[in-house]
Amino acid sequence: MSDVAIVGIGIHPFGRHDLSGMEQGAVAARAAMADAGIDWTQVQYAFGGSSAAGNADTMVSMLGLTGLPFINVANGCATGGSALISAYNAIKAGAADVVMAIGFDKHPRGAFDPDPADFGLQKWYGDTGLMLTTQFFGMKIQRYMHQYGITRSTLAKVAVKNFENGSKNDNAWRRKPMSEDEVLNAQMLSDPLTQYMFCSPGEGGVALVLTRADLATNYTSKPVYLKSAVLRSRPFGSFEVFNSWLSPERGDSPSVAAAKGAFEQAGIGPDEISLAQVQDTESGAEIMHMAETGLCADGDQEKMIQLGETSIGGRLPINTDGGCIANGEPIGASGLRQVYESVLQLQGRAGARQVENATTAFTHVYGAPGISACTVLSV
Amino acid sequence: MAEQVLVAEGVFTWPSDEPQLIGSHFPESGVTVFPRTSACPKTASRVVEDVLLPRRGTLWSWTIQGFPPKNPPYIGTESPKDFVPYGVGYVQLADPEHRGEVIVESRLTVNDPATLRIGMEMELVVVPFTTDAEGREVLTYAFAPVTSSQNGASS
Repeated sequence: MSDVAIVGIGIHPFGRHDLSGMEQGAVAARAAMADAGIDWTQVQYAFGGSSAAGNADTMVSMLGLTGLPFINVANGCATGGSALISAYNAIKAGAADVVMAIGFDKHPRGAFDPDPADFGLQKWYGDTGLMLTTQFFGMKIQRYMHQYGITRSTLAKVAVKNFENGSKNDNAWRRKPMSEDEVLNAQMLSDPLTQYMFCSPGEGGVALVLTRADLATNYTSKPVYLKSAVLRSRPFGSFEVFNSWLSPERGDSPSVAAAKGAFEQAGIGPDEISLAQVQDTESGAEIMHMAETGLCADGDQEKMIQLGETSIGGRLPINTDGGCIANGEPIGASGLRQVYESVLQLQGRAGARQVENATTAFTHVYGAPGISACTVLSV
Repeated sequence: MAEQVLVAEGVFTWPSDEPQLIGSHFPESGVTVFPRTSACPKTASRVVEDVLLPRRGTLWSWTIQGFPPKNPPYIGTESPKDFVPYGVGYVQLADPEHRGEVIVESRLTVNDPATLRIGMEMELVVVPFTTDAEGREVLTYAFAPVTSSQNGASS
């Protein structure tokens, strides 16, 4: 089976825009093709998706009616990651040599307002005010802080770091650095998490051009290899968004299996990673996902973050583009943004936020109702 | 007193002086879930029994809902100005016979972080949480901290 390379990347800036979500996806797709030096007729297969901005495959009316197979992917917060895994598998299977993965979205302001029935829940769950992702994140980190001694200062420092990284990223939504006090003193949304510790639903688009690894240098002088792409759903006993009950028999998060699978498939361990992008729906999620993905042990985050080890220039920079906290979360695009940033970093094109000597990168998304997608990349 | 209506039937026993949540117990796997469901999430077993869950347990985790949820799905209609934050938590129910052992999610009757700590004892109550279009109080279940005097009365 052929190895897989990423030879072109494109992004539409994240934030709030007049363009439709689909148009933002098309902007990203054109940018990715320009980066790879190809046109749409050379794309042999496409996978794409959005959560709230329409069917990705209708984008052919903007990119060209070439008749290519274009499969829509819908997998919640792992939509972009699932499009990428589909593209990866298509190349691995020999179905195509040049494949595009596209993710885009456009959400209204404020917290998401999902329908209980879409998640297999009874109507009363939403009626009584329990259908909020923010509550889950608050309760998961509340217990984690109790168990592993993570402090509120550390929660705030994650947001401060991500806003700082976002200030060095022209495509980020939030580009204003913020102090620890500003983060801690913002409105308490879901104790212990304040407004500036949470990301907001937003807009944006990302596209990637992938090829067989042996063809990569036809398109770029510096290919980045997608060493693995692994998706997992939840095992029994995990603690997820929208659970009216939990088992006293506690189990792992799906992130544990997805990350383990990605590292094993890549043959690269967490201790060999130069930089990581992990799902930071809020600052507590970044902290917990660091341990779930094997980047550190439970409880080590307190010291690591207080010492600045996860900042650019530190031992293991995390969310170097500002993560979801600075970029917002257009669901369909979020997972691909992490890969876009990793490729920029590995190619040495990250400008003011460049991590020196980066050779390997790890990405992780997590979402409802308990899914995780991880990748390992290397030059 | 205002007329009252349940948010849903079959979720908890009511009217009752000692209301209980209604769950499902799967005897083949020993798994208990809330609310009732038809298949065991661990083994897919379809052999299932209704179980009335214990009324008391310990707080497993908690948060305070600090902003008005979107309506829908929330049915509360208070304005942002009138919104009163409410507690939400998971309560680990203890059952000497094991059938009712499950961690359930619930509104809490208190919303002051200073009054909540993981591990504290909680008890099920039924409370109004909003008013419907006909002016009736809508009732749901919630967990309340067990005060030391209640402890004394029940032991």
